[in-house]
Amino acid sequence: MRPTEEEDVSQTSHGIGGLSYDAKKRPWPAEFNVFLALVILVAAFELVGRVFLGDSFLFNTRENVSGLFNEQRLQIIILQVSIVGIIAIGVTQVIICGGIDLSSGSIVGATAMIAMSFAQVATVNGNPNPKAMFIDYGWTDLPVIVPLLVAIGCGLVAGLINGLLIAYTRIPPFIATLGMMVTARGIAKWWSKGQPISFPTDSFAAIGRGLMPVVIFISLALLFQLILTYTKYGKHCYAIGSNEDAARMSGIKIANHKVLVYAIAGILASIAAVVLSSKNLTAQAGMGVMYELDAIAMAVIGGVSLSGGRGSIIGTVIGSLIFGVIISGFTFLRLDAYYQEMVKGVIIVGAVVLDQWRQRRRAIGA
Amino acid sequence: MSDIVLKTENLTKHYGGVHALQEANFELRKGEHVAIMGDNGAGKSTFVRQITGVEQRTDGKIWFDGKEVNFAGPIEAREAGIETVFQNLALADDLDVPSNLFLGREKVLFNLGPFSILDRKAMRKATEAALVRTAVKIPNLSSTIRHMSGGQRQCVAIARTATFASKLIIMDEPTAALGVQETAQVENIIRTLKENGEPLILVSHNMRQVFDLVDRIVVFRRGRIVANLRKQDTDGNDIVAYITGAKTGQAELQAA
Ligand SMILES: Nc1ncnc2c1ncn2[C@@H]1O[C@H](COP(=O)(O)OP(=O)(O)O)[C@@H](O)[C@H]1O
Ligand SMILES: [Mg+2]
Repeated sequence: MRPTEEEDVSQTSHGIGGLSYDAKKRPWPAEFNVFLALVILVAAFELVGRVFLGDSFLFNTRENVSGLFNEQRLQIIILQVSIVGIIAIGVTQVIICGGIDLSSGSIVGATAMIAMSFAQVATVNGNPNPKAMFIDYGWTDLPVIVPLLVAIGCGLVAGLINGLLIAYTRIPPFIATLGMMVTARGIAKWWSKGQPISFPTDSFAAIGRGLMPVVIFISLALLFQLILTYTKYGKHCYAIGSNEDAARMSGIKIANHKVLVYAIAGILASIAAVVLSSKNLTAQAGMGVMYELDAIAMAVIGGVSLSGGRGSIIGTVIGSLIFGVIISGFTFLRLDAYYQEMVKGVIIVGAVVLDQWRQRRRAIGA
Repeated sequence: MSDIVLKTENLTKHYGGVHALQEANFELRKGEHVAIMGDNGAGKSTFVRQITGVEQRTDGKIWFDGKEVNFAGPIEAREAGIETVFQNLALADDLDVPSNLFLGREKVLFNLGPFSILDRKAMRKATEAALVRTAVKIPNLSSTIRHMSGGQRQCVAIARTATFASKLIIMDEPTAALGVQETAQVENIIRTLKENGEPLILVSHNMRQVFDLVDRIVVFRRGRIVANLRKQDTDGNDIVAYITGAKTGQAELQAA
């Protein structure tokens, strides 16, 4: 080939040789599709409600209440997903990094038990608190920072163990976190021999009161959306999940990064535990059962790819709303709770199938 | 010695019983472009992996930039100034072009350890500069690599080597999987590097390309260097004879 022709090739304005690249064909952000799904879902419940129940899903139909929307329902939707949503934030970054975390629900259980036992009051209605774990040591009415630090410590330790196992023993994340799932649940049951731990101090109870869970969820989501987009940490999450070998060759310290990722996921699970036990004013060994799957489902519905490298916190937040809409939609349609569970299962599998399908299509298109 | 960028002495690599590389003596001078040719399995990639610290050699010595070196890994080699385009590219599909170029050595606005804030604007600017320097045309920098053609990906991998001040660039079969036009684009980049006086080792099967681009051709056969010829002293038939073993070349090497 003569130099003049080669000049021409390098002068083309549409990439090398103008091959198989069309800027217009670029897919729009995955979050947009997820948002569309949310809108369609709400519209579907609205339609079914109007036709079959003569009631609105979204809008206010009661005379004695003002406002355009059914605010009560909207509040319930977001309130019921915000605690699992906090876990889903941690799970999202784990999945983006190419891993999985099955332990978060059990970490919620263990952390709730342990933290709550440092948040108890000394007296209830003038009598000594019958449920206080550490009343003999005088560890009651402690400042709220104590149970908070204890909780974060629990999540950190659990997450660190997950991360160290995965990074240094090369156990698949699925197995390592499954081990933690069983162990942490065991700790939750052992801590008070199965007894619930109740009567927290007022300052502890304030953490999960009213719409606080929503505020905490949205603040953390915002923080982590920024971290994943604008920091080295975030960039490396996507890089490792996308091509671990390439990331290693580029000098990213994979092991350190993974330990950090799982530690953060553990801490977020422990924050969820604090909010949940504060909201319920009690901690029970069975708290958080199956939350890990709900959190994974929120992420996957929100467009986070189980094979790593793709997804965002915004997507997961929308995914969590879809989750909430489905559950309260079923309540709205007065369908049995059993159906909710079944449909939840179908949605989880469906989201994964969709993700696989998207990838296959991509592989063929590439 | 001072104008020698890279020198290997008796460089040897055995994989168990496989003698993939045997006593390779190789030299590269400032500004020189050298091609490595040879049949599949001749040991070309093995040679590259020993120089770039991806693997640890069985025996032999390597000098780079005037010093004897023992790279513990590819990152050390890169820090010393060897930029490599590996046969498998090592790109992250889900990242955009600037992120791939700066992977593992991001520019940072505020240093907060792992949570350092990225200087995305500066990386974008530097990416544009590197693309200009290598004459690589990529229409949309913020598109992920996944949506790019093989040639564009190859160009991104090559542009990465040009983003950082390097003393030696190694490319292992950069055009093996590319079409005609894409190959021409990569060859343009290599010409640009030559004009800038940047030394290069080019592993290639493409005879026309090699004679178009480089100053010197080194032929590997069964793990050994069997020929080391200046372009003007040889021709395609000669090289093929060395590659296939019709000519053994021990005499010429001794005389040189
Ligand atoms: N990791 C390895 N383990 C065992 N044998 C290897 C390994 N890498 C390469 N080889 C062998 O070494 C020889 C040279 O391979 P290579 O350097 O990849 O050849 P090429 O010249 O095609 O790049 C081949 O016989 C190959 O099978
Ligand atoms: Mg090879």
